[in-house]
Amino acid sequence: MGFKELELNMGPQHPSTHGVLHLKVAVDNELVLRVEPNVGYLHRGMEKLWENRTYNQVLPFTDRLDYLAAISNNLGYVLAVEKLMGLEVPKRAQYIRVILTELQRVASHIAWVGFMANDIGAASVLLYAFEEREDILEIFEEYIGARLTINAMRIGGVPHELSDNVIERIKKCLVEIPKKLKDIERLLNGNRIWKHRTVGIGKITAEDAVQFGLTGPCLRATGIKWDIRKNIPYCSYEDFEFDVPLSTNSDVYDRYLLRMEEMRQSLRIIKQGIELPREGEIQAKVPKILKIPAGEVFHSIEAPKGELGFYIKSNGTEKPERVKMKSPSFINMQSLETMSKQDLFADLVAILGSLDIVLGEIDK
Amino acid sequence: MLDQLDNFPILKKVLESLETNFKDSILDKTFEKNELSVLIKKEDLIGVLTYLKTEQGFNALNDMIGIDNLPYAAEGKKRFSVYYQLYRFQDFQRIRIKVDTEENEGIDSIVSLYKSSDWAEREIYDMFGITFSSHPDLRRIYTPDNFEGYPLRKDFPMEGKK
Repeated sequence: MGFKELELNMGPQHPSTHGVLHLKVAVDNELVLRVEPNVGYLHRGMEKLWENRTYNQVLPFTDRLDYLAAISNNLGYVLAVEKLMGLEVPKRAQYIRVILTELQRVASHIAWVGFMANDIGAASVLLYAFEEREDILEIFEEYIGARLTINAMRIGGVPHELSDNVIERIKKCLVEIPKKLKDIERLLNGNRIWKHRTVGIGKITAEDAVQFGLTGPCLRATGIKWDIRKNIPYCSYEDFEFDVPLSTNSDVYDRYLLRMEEMRQSLRIIKQGIELPREGEIQAKVPKILKIPAGEVFHSIEAPKGELGFYIKSNGTEKPERVKMKSPSFINMQSLETMSKQDLFADLVAILGSLDIVLGEIDK
Repeated sequence: MLDQLDNFPILKKVLESLETNFKDSILDKTFEKNELSVLIKKEDLIGVLTYLKTEQGFNALNDMIGIDNLPYAAEGKKRFSVYYQLYRFQDFQRIRIKVDTEENEGIDSIVSLYKSSDWAEREIYDMFGITFSSHPDLRRIYTPDNFEGYPLRKDFPMEGKK
């Protein structure tokens, strides 16, 4: 034998890179030796733009980061600004935020299952998954009028109370989604092809995962219990009952199972949320022209992809001096090489998919 | 605001142990919005971080943040700051270590301590032009290799250079 090492390019235009991503891969026959992700094709200079916008103007930009989970981005940003201002947000607004972000988590995860299965070759799952995702997006449309770039938070609260129609739709989803999840599991869990492509693939040790700063489902799949919603609660998550699913195999299959279980837990939170009385203030008093005294703050939330953080430095004017976003996809992406070493080249797509990256968030 | 730290005995203990072990390296410390920040001398960065990681159990680097201090140049502040945000998983504690540096001075790379700093340092290099000595592969990460200037510096125009 004795083949030489071969360098392959995957992307920048590749259907399973979920955006514009270039992977330089060195292979020995079918085995992956090295992977070098090349990011930045979608770099829009968000952080520079934010320095030249007022605090309120920054908010719609955050929709464009992780465009599969816009509400989570909104929440991360407004919570950071509110912490910087020392603003107390009404309890009812916090609950609405929790309901919306958990809906968004389900939408993001279910889209992930669809994409993931599609990447591996099980195209039918995508259709089932997107049907349910569509239902959730319709809830958002009913709530605020947009489906993807939603901008559903305001500094100090939320724009609307949940209407009867929204509640009705959520209730319908709470019945329909668990059925769909079961359908998807019936398609995949015992499926030999699916298991061949996922079990034991893309492993990473817990120690490496912490070293690489992995967060979110990828970290929890290594058995480390790290969920900001539980550990450093924000937005009154402590008022809701839910579990943090864990697994220990840390392969692609476990990440899939974990996300399926996380969706069920999110539905559990939503169920508790819509039973709460719809009364009380939903917006704190915030001046029209927002000037925040000099200071700095960091706040992070548990977004569907992992820990999403915003560092904001203010200087007393109406524009932030510096906003740094800690994007989970960017950090998770770094561990791709460690995960895929000595796996088959064809499995690289599965491993990349299991990280759940969004290039809008990586490239900022 | 340091007196508020009394309500956070765990962080207070961390700060006290830092003060006893690195008495001369600590330049400033603040406690704001329940976040502890410690400004240290640049030369002692590796020492302090190694101590925090091995002795104090801050096992994860959450993020690195670059700051351009150009607006405060008149106050005698050094040109750039780099912040290291560390996590301790066992009891969910966060601490921020700050270092100041001038434009043409480098900072020691911490890739050997925390692997997640690899891309973070490349990002800061790309955006601010701060170099990290002994980084294994210090290249631009977002902008193309032939890009001129450093976009997040305060003297870089928002519209870009012509």
